[in-house]
Amino acid sequence: MKTAVIVFPASNCDRDAQVALRQVTGQEPHMVWHAESELPEGLDLVVLPGGFAHGDYLRTGAIAARAKIMDAVKKRAESGGATLGICNGFQILCEAGLLPGALMSNTNQHFISREATLRVGETDSPYTKGYAAGDYTRFPVAHHDGNYQASDEDLDRLEGEGRVAFRYVEPINGSARSIAGITSADGRTLGLMPHPERDMAEGGRGRVFFERMVEGLAA
Amino acid sequence: MTHSAETIAEHGLTPDEYDRFVSSIGREPTLLELGIVSVMWSEHCSYKSSRRHLKTLPTTGERVIHGPGENAGVVDIGDGQAVIFKMESHNHPSFIEPYQGAATGVGGIMRDVFTMGARPVALLNALRFGAIDHPKTKHLLSGVVAGIGGYGNCMGVPTVAGETGFDPRYNGNILVNAMCVGIADTDKIFLSVAKGAGNPVVYVGSKTGRDGIHGATMASAEFDEASEEKRPTVQVGDPFMEKLLLEACLELMAEDAILAIQDMGAAGLTSSSVEMASGGVAAGEGGIHLKLDDVPQREDGMTAYEMMLSESQERMLMVLKPGAEDKARAIFEKWEVDFAVIGHTTAIGNLVIEHKGEVECDLPLGPLADEAPNYDRPQAELEPPAPLEDPVRSYREVEVRLTTGEKPIAEIAEALVGETLAEKDGVDAVGVSLTELEARIYARLTENGASVGEAFVTAAKNLESAGVVGGASTEEATSEINLANQPGGDPLTLALRKLMASPELCSRRWITQQYDHTVMADTLQQGGDAGIVRVHGTNKALAVTADCTPRYCAMHPVEGGRQAVAEACRNLSAVGAEPIAITNCLNFGNPEKPEIMAGFVGCIRGLGEASEALGAPVVSGNVSLYNETDGSPIPHTPAIGAVGLLQDADKRASMAGAESGDALVSIGVTRGHLGQSLYLRTLFGIEEGAPPPVDLKAEAETGAFIRRAIADGRVSAVHDVSDGGLLVAAAEMCLAGGMGLALTTSVGSRRAAYWFGEDQARYLCAVPAEAADNFVLKAAMAGLQASRLGIFGGEQIILDGDDRIDVTDLAAAHEATIPDLFRLEEDRLMPMKESEIKEMVLAAMPDAEIEIEDLAGDGDHYRARIVSSAFQGLNRVQQHQLVYRALGGKMGDTLHALALETVAK
Repeated sequence: MKTAVIVFPASNCDRDAQVALRQVTGQEPHMVWHAESELPEGLDLVVLPGGFAHGDYLRTGAIAARAKIMDAVKKRAESGGATLGICNGFQILCEAGLLPGALMSNTNQHFISREATLRVGETDSPYTKGYAAGDYTRFPVAHHDGNYQASDEDLDRLEGEGRVAFRYVEPINGSARSIAGITSADGRTLGLMPHPERDMAEGGRGRVFFERMVEGLAA
Repeated sequence: MTHSAETIAEHGLTPDEYDRFVSSIGREPTLLELGIVSVMWSEHCSYKSSRRHLKTLPTTGERVIHGPGENAGVVDIGDGQAVIFKMESHNHPSFIEPYQGAATGVGGIMRDVFTMGARPVALLNALRFGAIDHPKTKHLLSGVVAGIGGYGNCMGVPTVAGETGFDPRYNGNILVNAMCVGIADTDKIFLSVAKGAGNPVVYVGSKTGRDGIHGATMASAEFDEASEEKRPTVQVGDPFMEKLLLEACLELMAEDAILAIQDMGAAGLTSSSVEMASGGVAAGEGGIHLKLDDVPQREDGMTAYEMMLSESQERMLMVLKPGAEDKARAIFEKWEVDFAVIGHTTAIGNLVIEHKGEVECDLPLGPLADEAPNYDRPQAELEPPAPLEDPVRSYREVEVRLTTGEKPIAEIAEALVGETLAEKDGVDAVGVSLTELEARIYARLTENGASVGEAFVTAAKNLESAGVVGGASTEEATSEINLANQPGGDPLTLALRKLMASPELCSRRWITQQYDHTVMADTLQQGGDAGIVRVHGTNKALAVTADCTPRYCAMHPVEGGRQAVAEACRNLSAVGAEPIAITNCLNFGNPEKPEIMAGFVGCIRGLGEASEALGAPVVSGNVSLYNETDGSPIPHTPAIGAVGLLQDADKRASMAGAESGDALVSIGVTRGHLGQSLYLRTLFGIEEGAPPPVDLKAEAETGAFIRRAIADGRVSAVHDVSDGGLLVAAAEMCLAGGMGLALTTSVGSRRAAYWFGEDQARYLCAVPAEAADNFVLKAAMAGLQASRLGIFGGEQIILDGDDRIDVTDLAAAHEATIPDLFRLEEDRLMPMKESEIKEMVLAAMPDAEIEIEDLAGDGDHYRARIVSSAFQGLNRVQQHQLVYRALGGKMGDTLHALALETVAK
């Protein structure tokens, strides 16, 4: 499986994503610098990693969403190319218009670093196909701006179209309808606030997520 | 140019120091030169009060590659890799502007580590605040924690360990010590000394602004009320720039281009250029020529003086191999970081600074660096503290019996307690027991409660004579309670609950949850006895910890110094790691006071002895003096940062691993030492006596035994015993594992001293039941005392059968203290309907089966049984927390409102 990780200035989970992908695909991911204009040919998955791209100055993800490489990322995602945005990557996907809504500051105005129990929502996407609806899992979370907000209309549409992939069991950051991860209308793009790539030990829940994702994408 | 006495004093130089400088250079300095010498001779840069004493520390060892003198210590961890680490203070800036002060402290210490070629892999901090209820503490605590998180989180380096203390003696002078640990290849370590002439000197990083001018001088003076006006001397951090600088530097370091590199920390361009250039002076080389016109500048019209003394952050100075400039420039341009050639090295032994065509400084390097003042300040004689006799508290116990009159007796009793006893100073305990016909009200009064007792008795008699009650009788007695036997009139578990909720021992989750501890995906443990990070791509791991017990150091500096190192090493051994080296951050008051100087020298002696005995040399360090406000000094605080090595990351222990049925075994000798214990200090305000003596031989032997037991897989959990003694350590294991424990006291007298005494060189181990006898035997054969204290299991901590506390209740008390500081009144408990609780639990866990009962019919006290697969893999404490948090904190995290039973499906 051919994968790529986009590296923005001050991405800081790019290596973690690289290691995780290497572990589950057995192949070395392409590390693509934000100032490039083209993605490698024939990719099966593009990952926008966590971090503080461009210092998260202005708004989280706002500057990164306008990086040169993002034109290619958008074009590919819009034609159904699988794209996974984790944490800062989720924020960038929203800012780039690939996913609706925005991630605001956590309601307690603090950075939150802990494990969070999640409930799997819909299982139509390649990312959640390996789970049963209602399954629980638990990933590390680490963010200051993970409070997902969108208009009621958008939220209703996300739920109606089966696009809420993960919800928090505990309301840790104020996210509307406890949303922790959503997919695009075609299910091929996932924005996920928690960090499965940080739990890649044998049998780790993050490892399970990545292994199931690889199966889901191959199917 | 001659300078006025005021100008010289403003530069922090004494008249003697100024004269000494003039005679060593043979003329009056220019203003720029005066500014340069003022920072180079400041305590912060020159270590003029501490240098001769620091030289006594053991700094070498088989693994040590570079000890003190470099940006950070470098220690071999095998397989061609080295760990590089250092700890540094940012106390004064953090008091003035907590967010930026703490953030730039983290930024600075990270630069010290990656300057040497290491990728930072772990951050720690050691924080000391004033009393938790001091009006400034909330603001300082939240600012410092946010600042540390803000910088470290953005850099993508996990913060995995640290300690936070609260003590009124830090009210006017908090301590913020940050430590960074990095890993480098041993053949790619970069030093700061620039050898050879004619090589390009390169500036990279942020532009230079007018911020932080004279920060080093500020850090070398006492505080007073006007200090907060010094806000402009606090620098502002930009972690984004530092992250770019880190990646660009590491990318360049992989090439063969850098001859020397030095970060610009305190005293900015001045100290970095002097440090780089002065290394070769003794050998007749060295020297640097800078052209400030080429320095990247943030504002127009900056003078040479401002540029040389600016402490703008995120900057580095490098000397490149001639011809490597283009390659280097390309890397920094890719990362969008400023790059400028600003001078060259020379062999004339001078610091030459040119600006706008004029030479504004031409100073020999010797007087600035190696020949800086080196004082042997006078020391007062240290008096060892007197040993503490077991303290006795005298209580007056008063019981009033009221018989029924015209009004309901319960109401009268409640009113009497509310009026005469509740929240009154001098009242230690109140008890009310009611029957239909009679109320008995018991009050235990401390010595200063005499007038309260009188008012209580008088009020009861008045009720009788007014005919409100049928009759009132009084019984009084005086009791003398030896606090070594019993905590006042309380059962031991109640004292335990108070201790676990006290500022010193309460949960730090509110703090640590703001630090990203899982980024880099190599964190194996955060908190606990030590943080553990895997050496990336290997099965080795580093364990890290920061420790100091200032109340011990204040009373007995030598013992306190020993203890700080002993506890740090114990924490490493408790996770199975071998201590390999330490760093320190020595925070003290004004060294010109002989009693402070004596404390400083005493602590150094103690920590040197312990470092030698425990095989953990001091490889780097930092000194912060003048930690005083309006003449009142902090307690001596020699914070120790220690690094240990785990050869096999899978063979490690945590304090959470106890299984039901495991035996709890203590290793080490329990004598019940109460001097300077948290038990006496927190519960009774007694701060007397000598701290516990440290037996370094016993520390080394117990440490080796524990590490071997962990490596051999003989223990399921380990915890070191320190603040609060055996019972606190045992309770911490229970909270971590979400499990109860039945304990038996093996002594007949001094029960409280046995459980809460702070004897050193002790560990607690959870050992599988069938292996416990053998474990005790092994310890005995190793010459160590081992005692079986109890058996893990159930949901309560039970002491000698009848004194008990629920683990979840203890957890709630332990967790609430710091969040309560920040919780708004309106966020507190509010009544909820049964259906509402059910709905919220179901929304979070739709598979939950819920049985719920309103216990008091008041919408405020429920019992619930919840079955869900969401609980899988969580211990009981975690399961309960999941439910409380799913309720959005509406139950206030207190168990009295919702008694839970949770079952994993």
